[in-house]
Amino acid sequence: MNFDLTEDRQMLQDSLRRYLGDKYQIEHRNKVAYAEPYHDPAKWGELTELGALFALAPEDAGGMGGAGFDISVVFEELGRALTPEPVLGALMASRLLTAAGADQEALLSGETKYAVGLGELDAPYDLSEMTTTAEGGKVSGRKSVVYGGQAADVFLIAAKEGDSLSVYEVQAADASVTGYALMDGGGAAEVVLEDAPAKLILENAGEAIADAVNAGIVALCAEAVGAMDVLHRMTVEYLGQRKQFGRPIGTFQVLQHRAVDMLTEIEQSRSIVIKAAAELGGPDASRYCSMAKNLIGRAGRLVAEEAIQMHGGIAMTWEYPGSHYAKRIIMIDAQLGDTDYHLSRVAQAA
Amino acid sequence: MDLNFTPEEEAFRQEVRDFFAENLPDDIRDAVRNGGELTKEHMERYHAILNKKGWLATTWAEEFGGPGWGPVERHIFDEESSAAYAPRIVPFGLSMLGPVLQKFGSKEQQDYYLPRILNGDDWWCQGYSEPGAGSDLASLKTRAVREGDEWVINGQKTWTTLGQHANMIFCLVRTDPDVKQQEGISFILVDMSTPGVEVRPIKLIEGGHEVNEVFFTDVRVPYENLVGEENKGWTIAKYLLTHERTGIAGVGFSMLELEEVKQLAKKITRNGKPLAEDPLFAARVAQAEIDLEAMKLTNLRMLFTAQKQGAPGPETSILKIKGTVINQELKDIRRRALGPAAAPFPGSFKDSNLDVAPSGHANNAARYFNNRKTSIFGGSNEIQRNILTKTMLGL
Repeated sequence: MNFDLTEDRQMLQDSLRRYLGDKYQIEHRNKVAYAEPYHDPAKWGELTELGALFALAPEDAGGMGGAGFDISVVFEELGRALTPEPVLGALMASRLLTAAGADQEALLSGETKYAVGLGELDAPYDLSEMTTTAEGGKVSGRKSVVYGGQAADVFLIAAKEGDSLSVYEVQAADASVTGYALMDGGGAAEVVLEDAPAKLILENAGEAIADAVNAGIVALCAEAVGAMDVLHRMTVEYLGQRKQFGRPIGTFQVLQHRAVDMLTEIEQSRSIVIKAAAELGGPDASRYCSMAKNLIGRAGRLVAEEAIQMHGGIAMTWEYPGSHYAKRIIMIDAQLGDTDYHLSRVAQAA
Repeated sequence: MDLNFTPEEEAFRQEVRDFFAENLPDDIRDAVRNGGELTKEHMERYHAILNKKGWLATTWAEEFGGPGWGPVERHIFDEESSAAYAPRIVPFGLSMLGPVLQKFGSKEQQDYYLPRILNGDDWWCQGYSEPGAGSDLASLKTRAVREGDEWVINGQKTWTTLGQHANMIFCLVRTDPDVKQQEGISFILVDMSTPGVEVRPIKLIEGGHEVNEVFFTDVRVPYENLVGEENKGWTIAKYLLTHERTGIAGVGFSMLELEEVKQLAKKITRNGKPLAEDPLFAARVAQAEIDLEAMKLTNLRMLFTAQKQGAPGPETSILKIKGTVINQELKDIRRRALGPAAAPFPGSFKDSNLDVAPSGHANNAARYFNNRKTSIFGGSNEIQRNILTKTMLGL
């Protein structure tokens, strides 16, 4: 048994943490996260030069990683810095392109930005109800709240072709893309396709899509753990500094215990992400990813709400970095299936 | 035991309901429904409509221009106004300063300020909290020094709600730094156009502007702006905190929120069915409904006690704690119901018809985040627990 990171992953973690700590501080982050294009194209370039995307794909697909732990290392650091860069789309697209055996050099080098359109307004989580269709190399439908879609050059779109589920590649120029900022910073888009010219990437893509979603879940859960770590540290520091009634409020036992409850939930979260990352790509991946997403959803709500409450008014302000961490942690629940959706999946599979 | 309202009370409820149906302007109702920020003009117009009817100062005695209602009438008014999507009455002049002047103010202060509050001539805000004095309000440092027939005020207030609209502020200030904290505080009225008063906005977590910082640099106000006795301001502050707390549970707003959630769950499709039929989601709603049903009765029981004894007791802190938690839970469910459609930043679809949220729900996530304030302000829920520990448990 060994819970240490390998030397390579440790190096990746160190270099990402150093880079993001230097170049992606919260003031800069808040500036780019809420102004078009809702990320920083220059920093995107630097991040990819550090190998952040190469770490997401296996060697035979042109990458240098691709395992669950490579993904969790990268996204935990993105979460610690609250980075709004569209890395999730790159990860999920890379999983699909790997399954298809397609070339992904432009993706991994960061030259071409990908976003993956799965969910729809009436089918945000469960794709069996989606209505986007493909016929004769053209795709029609609407993909809703496509994360990173506002900045994407290329979309990978899940579409029904008869009874089969396929993945098509659509150039952004061939789609009607309405981009917008998100509550928690970063961007997304409504992607409307009307007989959009499309290249078939994968047929019978159910399993490949499930794998891409699972990889995305590992990523989001690791991102949440990184963000929760930082928010918890801020809260404990604040409890030590803030004085009321003539002493630091951290000397009140009721607040000490609540800060410990946060810690307990974060450690549980860290553990379930390790489990999900270890199972990624295996036969039970969906089950463990659902467990992780459910637990992170519950823990995230507790950590975000308690952090705000224990800070008091200051954490209700835009100026205080903790408020942005709380927003991200809460809003992660609505990506790739929420607490209830994944609870029912675990219950049905049991 | 009788859980029914009297026929007179029911008739009053109908009268209130009819009044709102006939007199609440559509644009104000829609602004409340959509959860956006109400403008100053919205609120002034709404106040004027209530004032014309004599229903604006719900807590005031008739001699001062109030309707002379008891706790039950006020409760019915609160329920019906929230059910009609009417705004909350801006409380600073009407339910805070008004009652203070009636109890502690001079005849001159009452005669001058009370009609101005009713007529909307003054918009009051509250200068209580400071950066270093939140839950520990008595540690406040803003200093007022008497010089001849003036006070000279220096210091800073914060979390001043709607201070950007206000022309007047009532402040707790330190007038004697050499005695026990609570015994050196006075309650002083300040005209915000006085030189040295500066208001700076605070942007909130969801991007809105409700609260402000207010800075005082050598601000000179007349001595007679003191309310009550010098150094007895803490008594006034405590009176304000315990006065009129029956509306504190926000039961009317939570009932409306529950109804909104139920309607929304019928409109949203999830897994090929209405969200309302999703057992886990339905269970969340049911859980909140159970808590709210009990809260309604807890609220009425405390209302009954207040009516009988003439004043609410310390147990009303229970209403603050549980009332805010229930409302926050409903806001969470409401955001959750939308799934990813709650994610766009408010106003994202102004120039497009692609809005992802059903009408009236585009601000659900913003409302959820903004509403976290309710368990922090007005004496945080931790402070309420301290009050209950002392008063109800005797510990």
